[in-house]
This record gives sequence, C-alpha cells and structure tokens, in this order.
Amino acid sequence: MTKSEGELTWKDLEVGSIVTEPGNARQYKTGDWRSQRPTYDFDKCTKCGLCAIFCPEGAISQNEDGYFEADLYYCKGCGICTQECPTKVITMVEEEE
Amino acid sequence: MTTKKGMEVSVALGEAVKLANADVIAAYPITPQTHIVEHLAEIVADGELDAEFVLVESEHSAMSACLGSAAVGARTFTATAGPGLEYMHNVLYVVSSMQLPIVMAVTNRALSAPLSIWSDHSDAMSVRDTGWIQIFTENGQEVVDNILCAFRIAEDQRVLLPVMTHLDGFFLSHMIEPILLPEQSEVDQFLPPNQYPLPLNPNKPVTMGDFGPPIIYAETKWAQQVNLRAAKEVILEVWREFGERFGRYYIPVECHHCEDARVLLLTMGSMSETAMTAIDKMRGEGKNVGLIRLRLWRPFPFDEIRKAVKNAEVLIVLDRALSFGGPAGPVCSEIKAALYQQDKRPKIVSFVGGLGGRDMSVGGFEEIVSRGTEISKTGSSQEFEIFGVRG
Repeated sequence: MTKSEGELTWKDLEVGSIVTEPGNARQYKTGDWRSQRPTYDFDKCTKCGLCAIFCPEGAISQNEDGYFEADLYYCKGCGICTQECPTKVITMVEEEE
Repeated sequence: MTTKKGMEVSVALGEAVKLANADVIAAYPITPQTHIVEHLAEIVADGELDAEFVLVESEHSAMSACLGSAAVGARTFTATAGPGLEYMHNVLYVVSSMQLPIVMAVTNRALSAPLSIWSDHSDAMSVRDTGWIQIFTENGQEVVDNILCAFRIAEDQRVLLPVMTHLDGFFLSHMIEPILLPEQSEVDQFLPPNQYPLPLNPNKPVTMGDFGPPIIYAETKWAQQVNLRAAKEVILEVWREFGERFGRYYIPVECHHCEDARVLLLTMGSMSETAMTAIDKMRGEGKNVGLIRLRLWRPFPFDEIRKAVKNAEVLIVLDRALSFGGPAGPVCSEIKAALYQQDKRPKIVSFVGGLGGRDMSVGGFEEIVSRGTEISKTGSSQEFEIFGVRG
C-alpha cells in the first residue's frame, strides 16, 4: 500500500475493498487505543522475557540494551505485562490528554 | 427460430439459469421457491448443466456458500423466499460490500407471524438497504429475461454487484405461462464468461472481507454507494442491448398513459398487470388515469420517477408491504422522498394491499383509484390505509 489507511480515499480502494498486499496489517496503529502506558524501572529487570511472552499483541521486544520494552505503535495498554513481571519492573501510567 | 412454450415460471427460471451456464448453485428449499431449485437440481443431476449443486443446511449457509463460490470467480446462483431471505440477511450485506456478482431469485413471500407462505413484498423491503441491485418482474417472460440480464449486469466489470430478481410467490412463480426461451447460442453471445478481476487464487493471494477500522470504513461505504448509483447506467445499457438482441426492451419505470393522466397509480411486481387492466377499463370509461410500474427498485430511479409523475395531480402508491409505525408503505415513502424537493409535485396517497397473498382484483384497483382520488381532496387522519381490511 503506497498510502497509509488515514490517507486512502474511497477512490483508492480496490474492488470490494480487497487487500492485495500481504502483511499490511502491521501498518495498522493500535497504539492509539491506549489509555495507560507502560513505564520501566530497568534496574529491576532480569531480562527474563515473560512480559513479551504474555503480551497478547506481540508488541514487546528487546531494546538495544537487551531490556524488554513495548512498541508504543502497537501497545494497547492492557497492563498484562505489569501483572506478569516477577520483579515488578513495569508500572502503568495514565496517558496525557 | 424459438417458439413460445407453456411452462411454469419457476421451471422457466431454472432453464434461464441453465442457459446462463451457472457454475455453482447453492440453495435451501423454501416455499414458494422450491420448484426453482428442484428443477435446477434435476438439470444438474441429469448432466444437462455442468455445475456444482451445493446442498446446504440453511439460507445463511446458502448465501455463504455462494459468497465463497463467487469469490473464486464462479458464476453463482441461488434462490430463496420470505423467511429464508431474512435468514441470510447478514451475509447479503457482506456479499454486496465485497462486490461479489451473485444472482438470486426471490419468490416474494410474506413474513410470519401468523405463518404465511403467500406472497407480499415484506421480504424484499426488509433487504432494501443491503446494497444489492433489485429488479421486480411482472410476468414469466420478464423473469427469464431478467435472470439473464442479472448475470450480465452483476458481472459487468464496471458494476460487480449482486443482483436480486424479485418475482411474486405463487402469483408468478407457480403460474404456467407462454414463455420464449432464447437459444443457447444467443445467450452465449449476450453473456460472456464471468471474469472476476481479483478472485481468490493461491498464485496471487488477496484478502477479502478484511477488517475495516473506523479510519477506513466510511470510505468503503461511500465507494459502495457511488458504485451502486453508477450501476444504473450499465443496467440501462444491458437492457438496451438485450432489447436489440431479443426484441424485448426493459426500462426502470414503465409508464402506461402517464403523459396525460391526472391521477396516477404506482405498483410493483405481478399485480401491475392486473392494475393495467383496471386502468385500461377506467380509460375506456373516460377517466383520466394512468399507471406507473416500478421495475428497478435499487438503484432507485429518481429521474425516471420525477419525469413520470410531472404532469399528474394525484399519485396513488400501492405497497405490498408495511412499515410498522412508519409514514407509509416503504415504496410510497421513497416516492415521497424523491419528489419532496420538486417545485411541482402531485398529491401522494399511500395504500397497502395484497398482503400475505390477498388477491388484488381489477375491481380492487378501481376502488383504490376512486378512494385515493377522494383522499387527495379531503385528506385523511391516517398516514396510509390497508386496502380492503375488514372492520
């Protein structure tokens, strides 16, 4: 898709709104559904990766220092990672208005 | 040279599907549609038509099977009636939104309760907004012709929309009429093979009926609206070409003495023929009346309707369905909406009649015209009347 969903007009749609490009669901931003955002105290993190395993969106991956962190483009702010983290690294905070 | 043969309209309809060389038929039997699919099942079982006949457990499954078959580019047909049409309601929207060119015959039947297998347009009106092209027919020949035209319209690359061909249950589906079936070679020339542009194909994968979040849904719906409105030009073109090839011409709005009539009656479906007889009789008695027969229901023919009524003082609309708690019969409501912005428009009177198979006779239409003309002068405390209702 050359345009993002937000730029597509009705004239750009294929017959029956058929999607011809495989894998373009990754362009779909689910991060803006979020009302709470995860914050991290990496000093407590053992890099066990349980948060990434439990994340229902597969939005968590290791950053360049090896710590697990959510990609806010996809993170819906469900908070499951905070529940599952054995060392309580993650705290959910309200998104600013 | 083909000659007219007396045959049941349902059987003739099946023959038309055979002439159209359908690839897939998926249907669930329901009165009064049964003779259509029984005949098609026989045709397929006897090897007269090389098609898959998919036996399904419900109408929801029938339309779902049709959806799948149209998605791979197969020419697809089904038929249903009344409650069966209701049961496939959800999938009707999916099919039109996915632009799958399925053709469906609907033998119009009333909706329960009380249980009624007889004809009215309640089923058709409940699927009014599903995004299908909808054509109403008056006689067996129109049914055959508008099954053939339906495939051609549906599969046109500029349209790619499903088409419903409506025929009144029993009043039309079970009549034995003289019908002219065209030759196979003539139909083959008129109806080229289906070439769906983006079919399901493992060599070129596509995603159909995808997730449509708020950011894109409205765009998909506007595309659908524009497409359905634009389909009208193609429908006119197909009907014109059909006329040139077969000598029978169809137009969205048929006018019978409209030009100089002071009082116009508007009907849809098989009762239009009886209404025509009534109008002719009244004309013979010197009454200044005319008849509009609405054939194309979706896309709605706004211009043709406005033109047809422009000289009339009174327009009496007879619906064969109710809109409970609403302003009038559903057809009448749309006629009113189409005319409201016009500077000059007739007084409009709404009747509902012929419900659940109640006969509409020539005398009945005469009474409707007379009563409607009276109401146009005196007004009425009711938004509409059910013609002939007792008590």
